[in-house]
Amino acid sequence: MDTARIDQIIDEHQGEGSSLIQVLLAIQSENHWLPKEALERVSQKLQVPLVRIQHVATFYKAFSLVPKGRHEIHICMGTACHVRGAMRVLETVQDLTGIKPGETDLDLKFSLETVNCLGCCALGPVMEIDGKTHGKMAPGESADVLKNYE
Amino acid sequence: MSPINSPAELEEFRKGIRSQRDLNKPCITLCSGSACHATGSREVAASIEEEIKKQGLSAEVDVRKTGCHGFCERGPIIVIHPEEICYFQIKPEDVPEIVSRTIREKQVIERLLYTDPDTGAKIIHESEIPFYKNQERLVFGSNGSIDPKCIDDYLAIGGYAALAKALAGMTPVQVIEEVKKSNLRGRGGGGFPAGRKWEGSRNAPDEIKYVIVNADEGDPGAYMDRSLLEGNPHAVLEGLIIGAYAIGSHEGYVYVRQEYPLAVENVNIAIKQAEAYGLLGQNILGSGFDFTVKVHKGAGAFVSGESTALMTALEGRVGEPRPKYIRSNIKGLWGKPSVLNNVETWANVPLIINKGADWFTQFGTDGSKGTKIFSLVGKITNTGLVEVPMGMTLKDIIYDIGGGIPGGKKFKAVQTGGPSGGCLPEELLDLKVGFDELTRAGSMMGSGGMIVMDEDTCMVDVARYFIEFLTDESCGKCVPCREGLRQMLEKLTNITEGKGKEGDIELLEEISEVAKEASLCALGTSAPNPFLSTVRYFRDEYEAHIKEKRCPALSCKELISYHIDTAKCQACMICLRKCPADAVDGGKKKIHIIDQEKCTKCGTCFEVCPSSFNAVKKISGEAVPPPIPEEERMIIRKSKAQ
Amino acid sequence: MTEIRLQIDGKEVVAKEGMTVLEAAQSAGVPIPTLCHHEKLEPYGGCRLCIVELEFRDWTRRVVSCVYPVEENLVVRTRSEKIDKIRKMILELLLAHAPDSPELRDLAQVYGADRNRFEKEASFCIHCGLCVRYCDEVKKKNAVGFVDRGIRKEISFIPEIASKECWNCKECFPLCPTEALQAAYLLTHSLTSHPPSLEPPSDK
Repeated sequence: MDTARIDQIIDEHQGEGSSLIQVLLAIQSENHWLPKEALERVSQKLQVPLVRIQHVATFYKAFSLVPKGRHEIHICMGTACHVRGAMRVLETVQDLTGIKPGETDLDLKFSLETVNCLGCCALGPVMEIDGKTHGKMAPGESADVLKNYE
Repeated sequence: MSPINSPAELEEFRKGIRSQRDLNKPCITLCSGSACHATGSREVAASIEEEIKKQGLSAEVDVRKTGCHGFCERGPIIVIHPEEICYFQIKPEDVPEIVSRTIREKQVIERLLYTDPDTGAKIIHESEIPFYKNQERLVFGSNGSIDPKCIDDYLAIGGYAALAKALAGMTPVQVIEEVKKSNLRGRGGGGFPAGRKWEGSRNAPDEIKYVIVNADEGDPGAYMDRSLLEGNPHAVLEGLIIGAYAIGSHEGYVYVRQEYPLAVENVNIAIKQAEAYGLLGQNILGSGFDFTVKVHKGAGAFVSGESTALMTALEGRVGEPRPKYIRSNIKGLWGKPSVLNNVETWANVPLIINKGADWFTQFGTDGSKGTKIFSLVGKITNTGLVEVPMGMTLKDIIYDIGGGIPGGKKFKAVQTGGPSGGCLPEELLDLKVGFDELTRAGSMMGSGGMIVMDEDTCMVDVARYFIEFLTDESCGKCVPCREGLRQMLEKLTNITEGKGKEGDIELLEEISEVAKEASLCALGTSAPNPFLSTVRYFRDEYEAHIKEKRCPALSCKELISYHIDTAKCQACMICLRKCPADAVDGGKKKIHIIDQEKCTKCGTCFEVCPSSFNAVKKISGEAVPPPIPEEERMIIRKSKAQ
Repeated sequence: MTEIRLQIDGKEVVAKEGMTVLEAAQSAGVPIPTLCHHEKLEPYGGCRLCIVELEFRDWTRRVVSCVYPVEENLVVRTRSEKIDKIRKMILELLLAHAPDSPELRDLAQVYGADRNRFEKEASFCIHCGLCVRYCDEVKKKNAVGFVDRGIRKEISFIPEIASKECWNCKECFPLCPTEALQAAYLLTHSLTSHPPSLEPPSDK
């Protein structure tokens, strides 16, 4: 992501230190991750120590300090989905993709995350891929769903 | 659109909107909340618009994409006005028929109607369906009538009249008195009297004050605030502006979690529209009162929903709770008096101002007035968002509205209050929901999550689940929470894996006591509640796990084995083919046996064995019966010629 | 500055408005254990060891004294059965990380804390945060910081940041009760500096 775009985003938030989280969210949303250079630029322009930005970037789950895969898999681990068997779906997907939550596979194909409630409890257990909701997931079906993604 | 300059102008404008709306004109409303989006309502919407155009009905039929209707189990949902015909689980393919038969020919399509599970009767009208009939939808009901992206819809149903009444006809102190009289208690979890909170801020000697909407809704399984903010953002804004007027604040924030993109979008649209109409900004409705509001997104941290943590996050810092003992309504955001309330709390305010505290207090119990929106989820037939008067019993909510437990299973527990709450057993089904009632029983109201559990749910695992959630979400600053939960998670995980020891429960209780007493914030002090309530009501399950290495609910993977009942197996080979671990041995007419070494306990065989055979069993606490000898494995079917 | 009179363990104490109960106790010579407190730093409220009991007419309340402001006629108890139980558990939880820390061992003796109550954890760090806060508030350098949250939270020198920010003043060393900080410093230092034998050959 080029410095000019980062500067633009910072200016859109009036360059205030209190907008740190909003600025990072905007960069994450466009770039899908927060490169080191972006954090350094934000630190410079917002006058916030880099170590504090590092804490913010690791404290909040929305941010990723590493590149994400082409397809982001989100498995809901909310209470309603948990009670309907979300753990088994997660375990199966972990086996199929070879990665654990927070990780991206070596081909940069899939990134896996657990989320704590997508609010689609009627469809539980829920797996969301690239924003598309796959509801009433049975562990045995996960392979078929993942097959559709290149 | 020029700003509206006075309450009188507002009423004129409202009359104008209403006069242009023919209530007898056919209107198709489609629930467009996030939950229905997940079941395909966007595709249905596209199909409706296409079909209306195709059949040349664009002038005669209105289409309105509304907020969440609440009956999420049956989405996508369409309600056709003026007849109020309610259709469920609509697919795009159903739309042409709906337009041709119901819109044009006024005929009802039976297969799309709700069927009463007891009588088998079809119910046509939304308000007669038991799910809706038994609710009291004071706050949530408006969702079905308005397109959240259209401020005129909100005005048409009487929106912003409360604001006009407050600004023109009441002093700030009078507004606070009315809210105090209503005994509105915070709907986010704390249950603190809103009027008292506002009064504290009003009396704090500071020029600058803030009002904040807490839309960080972090409790897993709770999505009421999302649906309210998505479906009726103006109700929340109106309440916020009234509150700002009452305490003397001119700047407000809506803190929405970024996981709710539709809510963020709709509230931003609502703010722009309100600004254009002069309902936000300078000199609102000509009253001389100025107020602006900004939207601030959360970034994925449950603890940042705690009020002091949220304010810290608004300041751009890491959203950790503050250890200080000064109430944030006196010293909050940037050290200024700040009133933070939950989405649902704010949404109740216009009602209280419009209809008065006396009207409001007719609903509810002595200590808990008004209604509460619950997200009724888990092992329940009618999953969705329900609004009931405080004081309704858990039994009525779960059975009359929720339709009971699906699959013929037995009710076991209902969990309320999210990770800060507790599990209530069958004996307490007659409990009336209310802040104090739930707290006395060992749980709490929380934000409104109500998760129903059945005989297949392991209560030890539920406690472990919540502790695990909190070890991830804790800010990690204080020892009792960070280290206490760390040790509790280890112990509870061990118990679910059959490694529990005598004395574990007592140690967990000791850690719980310290966490409750000494944690820095409410996340920590309430963290032990799921454990303590499950030990209180389901101690036998803990003891089975520890003493017998048995999981009574047959759920904990390490403690169960899957076994095929040789008397029932018909060697159909379905489980053999589906097993992801190739752990089923057998063949056509050869009784199947599960190789316990290979079995990963995924449960697929259990799911796929045809219900007429029911041959796969889960066992716990006992050894798997040894496989039958090879000779006995062949099934000999009697030939037809006999 | 108004004077505020309060009672701590039966002793009359005169404090100034704005002081915390901990400061008032320290000024009167009444000992209250602390781990995350430092007079040059803002109160942190993390270790919770300084918890005390406030006695009111019909009820008692437990608060953390390093952040609780003094009030007129407050009655404070620094020891009680409940308080001691809480401190014992806090120490046992921390001893799982740093069983050999001299400070923790001394306190463990006073409160009867068992260093073997819990299984040993991998990291020595007890998150008192003194190093991070000192570097930030006193030295204004921000070379060391917090990372992540919950049970995954860590205090670390992030190599790229520390190599630029850290002045090697080592004033953070004596603050650490467990030597986790010194270990982190040495590790990061070795990762960011080149030993002579690995220097790239100069062009001659």
